[in-house]
Amino acid sequence: MARKITFSKAINEAMDIAMERDNKVILIGEDVAGGATVDHLQDEEAWGGVFGVTKGLGNKFGRKRVIDMPIAEAGYMGASVAAAVTGLRPISELMFNDFIGSAMDEIMNQGAKIRYMFGGKAEVPLTIRTSHGAGAGAAAQHSQSLYGMLTAIPGLKVVVPSNPYDAKGLLLTAIEDNDMVAFFEDKTLYSMKGEVPEGYYTIPLGKAEIKRAGDDLTIVAIGKMVQVAESAANQLAKQNVEVEIIDPRSLSPLDEDTILQSVEKTGRLLIIDEANPRCNVATDISAMVVDKGFDFLDAPIKMVTAPHAPTPFATNLEQLYIPRAETVVRTVKDMIGELTLSR
Amino acid sequence: MDKKMASWMFTKMNDIRNFENQVQKIFATGEIPGFVHLYAGEEAVAVGVCAHLENLDYITSTHRGHGHCIAKGCDLNGMMAEIFGKETGLCNGKGGSMHIADLEVGMLGANGIVGGGFPLAVGAGLSADILENGGVAVCFFGDGANNHGTFHEGINIAAALNLPVVFVAENNGFGEATPFEYATSAKTIADRAIAYDIPGVRVDGNDVTKVYEVAEEAIERARNGEGPTLIEAITYRTSGHFEGDNQAYKSESDKEKWPVEVDCIEQFKAYALENKLLSKTELEELEKASLKAVEEAVEFAHHSKVPNEEALTENVYVSYK
Repeated sequence: MARKITFSKAINEAMDIAMERDNKVILIGEDVAGGATVDHLQDEEAWGGVFGVTKGLGNKFGRKRVIDMPIAEAGYMGASVAAAVTGLRPISELMFNDFIGSAMDEIMNQGAKIRYMFGGKAEVPLTIRTSHGAGAGAAAQHSQSLYGMLTAIPGLKVVVPSNPYDAKGLLLTAIEDNDMVAFFEDKTLYSMKGEVPEGYYTIPLGKAEIKRAGDDLTIVAIGKMVQVAESAANQLAKQNVEVEIIDPRSLSPLDEDTILQSVEKTGRLLIIDEANPRCNVATDISAMVVDKGFDFLDAPIKMVTAPHAPTPFATNLEQLYIPRAETVVRTVKDMIGELTLSR
Repeated sequence: MDKKMASWMFTKMNDIRNFENQVQKIFATGEIPGFVHLYAGEEAVAVGVCAHLENLDYITSTHRGHGHCIAKGCDLNGMMAEIFGKETGLCNGKGGSMHIADLEVGMLGANGIVGGGFPLAVGAGLSADILENGGVAVCFFGDGANNHGTFHEGINIAAALNLPVVFVAENNGFGEATPFEYATSAKTIADRAIAYDIPGVRVDGNDVTKVYEVAEEAIERARNGEGPTLIEAITYRTSGHFEGDNQAYKSESDKEKWPVEVDCIEQFKAYALENKLLSKTELEELEKASLKAVEEAVEFAHHSKVPNEEALTENVYVSYK
């Protein structure tokens, strides 16, 4: 049996391998090493990132390639963009995706525009790694899922892995990609264990994975929501309902074909997205299927998302905020009707 | 400083210390969700500054905000309940430790975004200026935030428009796990005031009487329409960045020295005794009362209910079913 490691360690390994293979790859962020210039550490890292995801990289590659930044997201994100344009291949860590507010101009108006505005004469091989997601009691400013915002911007690629294996392979692809890629890591998945091969491998962007085959209904689930879909699928299977689960893995590029082929087979589509419901990736995929696969549909498309509200702090409210398997099961039952259930 | 003020300051400093000690203890049991950033050891800054503020004055705060809240007059019960995520919390359990706010006492919110407070304080100063109500705004921030763009934008706007805003840096030595000296290309934060043509003052942030003096002058200036001041209070973060932080970036000698030798509460106690502001018995009584008040806050939080489910989608302007 293959070895099992955590989501966090898988991401760490991808960076480690990328930095070994290419000395242009550098890691930038707040406390990605930690303890810079502290005497007794003698250049040993203090943290390895606030979640420990970059642990060991500072010690292995040194502070010239693992660079702690002042708390200045606009400053270092813009610097990462231009470092990428001028010869490096940076991985720039934004501790929480919520901090994107401070760095948005550099991402949206600089990084995402440069290749196009410059007539294709520049490349921006920058990977922005960031954490997202509710469930850690981190409240309104540290729990959002903002991948949809970036998916809306041309000039950016967006990746949301759902498990350790994908995280490693997709991150290696992202780092090697010559365009800017935003890589979203659900902070509540960091401790998730899964089988991950040692060494180098990549997973292409724009290639969805069918996590479970089924004929009755298609569920597209983003990031951690794959787990919610799987839990719902297990409950539904006991009632003879077989759902097909698709993990898009990257939101831009989006594997439209795999989604459309599945909907053609099942005739029904439900999308689970932890982001707030307006203008999110669920509404985007829904619109795409209505546009390109309307004739396949036997029922209206449904979406299970967080409510139109910031993330609440109180634990009981936060649990209600995050999409749940029971809501998915109920929605699926409504969509397929009693007839199918009793067959 | 008179006896009444000395008594207020001693009480507030003890309230903060006791509050943080309780939060630390309870957080370790898992009863408090999320993460907490403690202010114990830095009490003299919040208390020395807020001693000059009224309810109509606003403060902005940081992720390490419990001390500012208490010094500005937030209710201990409501604060503790908020940190527990209870309905009786100051924000009905929806904000938590990093977002405690109470506009009735001029507390414009702790803040989860480093550097988030600068422009907000400028806005509160703008209100006071236009409404001509004599109010001032104080922006508390950590040394980590002094490298953020909002520091420079905020102070420049306040100075350019001559607004009644006082910027108070709490230089506790570390921005998260990074030493001040590494992240900041200036000898001091106060030096940066020169760039905005406003006074910049450094003060011993563990001596509440010195903070009190410096803040008095700055707040007076602001109230008199003489514009902003940048105060840098030198202190030390005796806790980690967050509870659970390994604090590997701290030296053993600093870890031993600061909470004991440079304890701001012990310093003020000695001062109050020496200057006959408070007697030993009075100090002991205030200490006891503070302990009791904080214990009651914990009880209150324990026994409060969690928010109703409907609260999830309340206060969002627009609802979609």
